[in-house]
Amino acid sequence: MTAEQLIGFFLLEEPNVQMVVAGTLMLCGMAALVGCFTFLRKRSLVGDAVSHSVLPGICLAFLISGEKNPLWLLVGALATGLLSLILMEALSRNRLTRPDTSISLMLSFFFGLGILLLTYIQHQGNASQAGLDKFIFGKAASITEADVQLFLISGIIITAAVVVLLRGFYLISFDEDYARVTGFPIKLLRLVLSVLTVWTVAIGIQAVGVVLMAALLITPALAARFWTHSIGKMLIIAAIFGMIAGYTGSFVSYLAPAMPTGPWIVVMATIIAIISMFLAPERGLYARWKIRSRNQEKTLMENILKLFYQIGEKSNQLQGTILEEDLMNHRAFGKEELQRGLKKLTQQGLLEHSLLAYRLTNKGLAEAQRVVRLHRLWELYLQRYLHLEPDHVHDDAEAMEHVITPEIEAQLELILGNPETDPHNTIIPPRA
Amino acid sequence: MNLNDIQIVLTACLVTFACVIPGCFLVLRRMTMFGDAISHAVLPGIVTAYLLSGSLNGFAMIIGASITGLLVTLLIELIQKKMRISPDASIGITYTFLFAVGVIMVSLLSNQTDLDQDCVLYGDITLVPFDLGLWNIPRQIWIAGILDIVLILALWFGYRGLWVSTFDPSFAAATGLATVFWHYLLMGMVSLSTVTAFESVGAIMVVSLLTGPAATAALFARSLPRMLVIAAIVGMISCILGYMLASWMDAAIAGAIAVMNGLIFGFALIIRKLIIK
Repeated sequence: MTAEQLIGFFLLEEPNVQMVVAGTLMLCGMAALVGCFTFLRKRSLVGDAVSHSVLPGICLAFLISGEKNPLWLLVGALATGLLSLILMEALSRNRLTRPDTSISLMLSFFFGLGILLLTYIQHQGNASQAGLDKFIFGKAASITEADVQLFLISGIIITAAVVVLLRGFYLISFDEDYARVTGFPIKLLRLVLSVLTVWTVAIGIQAVGVVLMAALLITPALAARFWTHSIGKMLIIAAIFGMIAGYTGSFVSYLAPAMPTGPWIVVMATIIAIISMFLAPERGLYARWKIRSRNQEKTLMENILKLFYQIGEKSNQLQGTILEEDLMNHRAFGKEELQRGLKKLTQQGLLEHSLLAYRLTNKGLAEAQRVVRLHRLWELYLQRYLHLEPDHVHDDAEAMEHVITPEIEAQLELILGNPETDPHNTIIPPRA
Repeated sequence: MNLNDIQIVLTACLVTFACVIPGCFLVLRRMTMFGDAISHAVLPGIVTAYLLSGSLNGFAMIIGASITGLLVTLLIELIQKKMRISPDASIGITYTFLFAVGVIMVSLLSNQTDLDQDCVLYGDITLVPFDLGLWNIPRQIWIAGILDIVLILALWFGYRGLWVSTFDPSFAAATGLATVFWHYLLMGMVSLSTVTAFESVGAIMVVSLLTGPAATAALFARSLPRMLVIAAIVGMISCILGYMLASWMDAAIAGAIAVMNGLIFGFALIIRKLIIK
């Protein structure tokens, strides 16, 4: 493999490569679209079972027609896929079997049947059966022009259906009861969605195979969910992710023709999902970790300021200088933690630093008063309205003081009637 | 029926017993899809163990697969809790990924080993009589038999813990029982059964052995011991019938056994509905 050939692949120079890439892109995009709804409806494993269940249909279609006509195979795949879906639904509703058991049962029964028929066909020695087993792990390289036409038509139908029925699909994914009450034909919608899913699976197995088809439904949708809260955007992002996975996967298939394509597409899709899990804004692990550490930092700083105020209150000298050890003696801070907080507060101009001691600046005093005020207002509120004993209110207030917004503060003032002292008879500092 | 047939059916039955024991608990805990996930996902573990130890049998394989099985369980729970993803999707993404990695490893190695993609799917139970171990008894029978004994011992000694943590997890937790431990013990048992079954029936058929007989037994049994016994008998019957079907059609035995498990469940469900209203 030379560099030129590699570049040739990415530029899609060869017609054969164009075909394979176009086919895989369409398949993966379609699967991702439909997969969003299976994912949101928490039916991912149903999708898995359906994709295993199309295998016997393909084998039966071959046995009956005696040839590998893609249309016949598709009809066969659709038939057993839908049958297993219907049986699964029926079994899940039956009180004797649990949903998970019915999924596992149907998955293993249909797949077993598929394997039985496949090996039966293979042992018959019929020459035209060669390549039937590619449906198990998929082989993108075998996509032909006829296939691409089929994919294109399916892709248009599926995309059109999703666009037209988006609102209905959205409702049955999130709030089926509401959909029912507002008169949406949910049974019909569910049926359409099921048919679309089975259809996508039936044509998708050519590229990734029955075993891993589920991943094409689940993984791009899961990855997309991390990036957005809007279903429209989620669909687009999922389709793009699916296509990226399909593109890179078919590239590997081009590099190593002996390699099954399906697993590579799945690995690529999973890498995208892992990146999304860690790096997506808001829902990603890194973003959540950052928010948490920022909150912890804020809590630490507010606690230090509060301590300055409390110590100053006792000595009647609110802006008096205080040693680091004194702070440590009054509250169980970690030494490093405290020093980090003090440094940051000094940087922000809330504290003044002189040799070993610190004192509140005017700005710092105002901030400290605010925190102490919130703490004591909350204590008073708990005592008055929740009838807690004065010695039980402190811990809760410790947590609440950091999250009370100015609006809540105003509400508290209003219902408490601008109080002057808290349940421990200490003075509530006035609004700065 | 000659000796070979008997040996093949016996292997299938022993493997089925190994799957039935954890299978019953999975069905009762509504966790059969964990069995599905583990049976797919141990593949990279098996391949790694094969690469390290250089053989497809033996201890390394069992250890490798068990570790992977437990890791899969951990990973699924991690994704579910830390990433806030629903259980079905976390199972789906985890096992498809690991299975894909396993298949890629197998296809990379396929020209230098006897591990191939077909073997991953439906095993090679027909070869059992040709791979003899101690006293001219096939090696697979030894392995499956020993694992059966290990699993029965685990069941015997862990019965109370497994029972309580299955039927009343909150009571179990309240009495200070380590429910997490029993959960992982069960997952370890599933992994062990999967490895045992891997060579003879393939990774994917394990789902059928784990779920089919246990689900059939759950229709009739009124106590856990009875459920285990019924499941074992059902599993044995589907092994025999499956073997007959496969020889008649000249097709994969593993597939035939899975089909039988499904059919028997179907009949049992109809009978159950007709007899007991």
